[in-house]
Amino acid sequence: MATGEVMAGKSDNTNVDVKSTDAAPVTVRAHGLSKSFGALKAVNNIELTITAGEIFGLVGPDGAGKTTIMRMLAGVLSPDAGNIEVDGVDVIADPEQAKLHLSYMPQRFGLYEDLTVAENIFFYGELFSVSRADRLARSQELLKAAGLADFQKRLAGQLSGGMKQKLGLICALIHTPRVLLLDEPTTGVDPVSRREFWGILYNLRESGVTIILSTAYMDEAERCSRLALLHAGEIRYCDTPARLKATMPGVLLAIISANPRALREALTGQTGILGVLLMGDRVHVRVDDPAQRIPEIRASLANHHVDITLIEQVVPGIEDVFVALLDTEKVT
Amino acid sequence: MFDRLYVMLMKEFLELKRDRWAMFRLIVPMIIQMLVFGYAATFTVYHVKTAILDLDHSQASRSLISHFVATSHFDVVDVATTQSAITRDIDHDEAVIAIVIHAGFNQDLENGRSAPLQVIVDGTNSNTALIALGYISQIVTQFSASQVSTLPFRGKPSISLQGISLQYQPWFNEGLNDRWFFIPGVIGTLTLMQVVSLTAFAIVREREVGTLEQIMVSPIRPYEFILGKTIPFFLIGLGDIALVVAFGILWFHIPFVGNPWIMLLGASLFLLAALGMGLLLSTFSQTQQQAFALNFFFVNPFFILSGFAFPIAAMPKLLQWFTVINPLRYFLVVIRAVFLKGVGLAVLWPDMLALTLLALVMLTISVLRFRKSLD
Repeated sequence: MATGEVMAGKSDNTNVDVKSTDAAPVTVRAHGLSKSFGALKAVNNIELTITAGEIFGLVGPDGAGKTTIMRMLAGVLSPDAGNIEVDGVDVIADPEQAKLHLSYMPQRFGLYEDLTVAENIFFYGELFSVSRADRLARSQELLKAAGLADFQKRLAGQLSGGMKQKLGLICALIHTPRVLLLDEPTTGVDPVSRREFWGILYNLRESGVTIILSTAYMDEAERCSRLALLHAGEIRYCDTPARLKATMPGVLLAIISANPRALREALTGQTGILGVLLMGDRVHVRVDDPAQRIPEIRASLANHHVDITLIEQVVPGIEDVFVALLDTEKVT
Repeated sequence: MFDRLYVMLMKEFLELKRDRWAMFRLIVPMIIQMLVFGYAATFTVYHVKTAILDLDHSQASRSLISHFVATSHFDVVDVATTQSAITRDIDHDEAVIAIVIHAGFNQDLENGRSAPLQVIVDGTNSNTALIALGYISQIVTQFSASQVSTLPFRGKPSISLQGISLQYQPWFNEGLNDRWFFIPGVIGTLTLMQVVSLTAFAIVREREVGTLEQIMVSPIRPYEFILGKTIPFFLIGLGDIALVVAFGILWFHIPFVGNPWIMLLGASLFLLAALGMGLLLSTFSQTQQQAFALNFFFVNPFFILSGFAFPIAAMPKLLQWFTVINPLRYFLVVIRAVFLKGVGLAVLWPDMLALTLLALVMLTISVLRFRKSLD
C-alpha cells in the first residue's frame, strides 16, 4: 500500500479506498486487527493507515469497538490477530519502545488525586524518562495553553472536571509523543475547556503530531481531517467529513413542525423516503428526488393532519450521514 | 529501569507522606490489637463464678469449700441449701459451675471410703468449662491428700498411699505463661493481615482510579510497577514487625532469646509471601469493594489454620493439607522458636525453606496473573 493511501473497513467495500490529499509519512498502520472478548467480536479485521498531522476521528455507537481499537493501538491490549505499527515500531513485538512514541488518554485520565498538578506532571514525565530541562519547558508551555499555570500547587483531586481533563492531556503530552490517542477526551467537559482543549490539539497537529480520537460529539467529528465510522467492530466508512457527506445517498430535507413525532410516523415507509431522523424541533427527511417528493410529502402530511411551518433542502451534518450510511447498510 | 522504579517509589512515599493519617493507620491499630490480644487472649481462667450446695454441713465439707474460696480461679458466689437454687444459679448465668456435696460426705471420708462429689458445669463455653474442671480436679486431689494425711491423727487406721508423683518441668516457658505463647503469634497474624490488605487495596485503587492503565501506557514494565508497589509495603511490614516485637519485649516482657538476624530472615520471607498474596488478591478484584470481600474471605481461614491458637495436629486431614500453603503456619513456628527457644537455622531450615518456596510460588503466580489482568 502506497504512502498516503487509505484502506479501511471490509476489503470488499469499494467506496473506502480514498487517496489522502497530502503526502505526509504514515505514522499509524494497523492491518487485520481483531479482538474478541469471549463470544463477542469487539473488533473485526480492521485496517487503518493514518499519516502525520492528521486528526483522525473514530465515530460510532457505544460498543462499536472504539475503545478496544484505541487500547490495542496504545499497546495495552494485545489483539487476537493482526499487526500494528506506530512511528515505524511494531507495537505488539516491542510495546515498550512503541509507548515512547505514543500517548494514550482514556475517557478518564488516571491522575493521582493526592498529588499536586506539578507532581502529577513530574511523575508522568519521569515515567517516560523526559529530561528535567525538557519537562520544565514543556510543562510551562502546556500549562499556559491549558490555563492551568496558576494551579500547579493545587492537588489534582481539587480540580474541576475540565481542569482534570486538561491536566490529563498535559501529562499525556509531557513526553512529546508523535502519536496521540484520545478516547472521548471531552466527554463531560465544559464548553470553554473544550475550546482550549481543541486549541491544544490544533497546535499539536501543526507540529506534525498524529491525533486519533474517538468522540460522541458530532461537532467534534466535523473538525477531524478524516473519520472512520465504526459499527459492530468493523469500519464501515472512512473518509474526510466533506466526502462522507457527498457519499450520502439522497438529498436531505429539514421540516419544522409542531408535532415532529406524528410527522415521522406519517412519513416512515412512504415511497421515495429513505430515512426520517428527529433532530430536536425539526425532522430530517432523506429523499431520493426532492423535486418530486416535496409535493408528495406536503400532501401526505395534510392527509395525516400534521401542520408544518417549513420544508427546505439542507446540507447534511455528520450525524445525518452516519445514520443514512448505516441505514443503507442494513437494507442492502 | 532504575529511573522508573525510583520514580514509582518516590510517588508511593510522597502519597504516603501526603496522607496525614497513614502513620496513624499503620501503627496505632497494630499496637492496640497487640494490647487487646496481650491482655484478653489467655487460656488461663480466673474468677469462675461458682455455686456450692453443701448438704453435709460437716467439718470436711466446710474445709473443701474453703479450698475453693482460697483460690483466685473460683469466686464462690452462692453457698446454696437447695438443689433448685443451684439450677436457678446456672440458668441465670449467676454461676458457671456448681459443686454439690452430698450428705454423708464426711462420714465416707472418716470411714476411708471413696466420697462422691458432684460437679455441674455450664458447658456452653466448653473451653472455660474444660479448664475449670482441670482446676477442680487439682483442688480435690490436694484436698483428698490432706484428708488422708490427717486420718491417723484422728484415731483411724492409716492407709498407705503409694503412687506416681508427677514432676513437670516446662522448658522455654517455665511458668506456662499464655502470653508468651500468644504475643509472638499475634505479631505474625497482625502482620499478615496488614500487609495482604495494604498491598491488595493499593493496587486495586490504582486500577479503580485509572492510574494503573495510565502507567501501563508508559514504557514501564509490569515488574517495575509491581516492585514499585510492593517495596514500600515490604519496608512498612518490616517496620511493623520491628515495632510490635519491641513492644512485646518491652511492654509484655516476652523473652527474646534467639538471633535477631534469623528473625529478620524469617520475617522477610514471610513478608514476600504476604505481598504475593496481596498481589494475587488484587488481580481478582476490579474494585476495592471486591478486594475487601476477598480479603475477608481469605485472611480469616489463614489465621485459623495457622496454629495460632488451634493445634494443626488436631485438625481433620483435609484442613491439615491446607495449612501446608499457609505462610503464617511456618512463620509462627519461626517467630515462636526465635522468641522463646533461641534455636537457629539448623532447626528452622524446613520452615524457612517452605516460606521461600511459598514466596516464590505466590509471587510468580501473582505476577503472571497481574500481566493477564491488565488486558
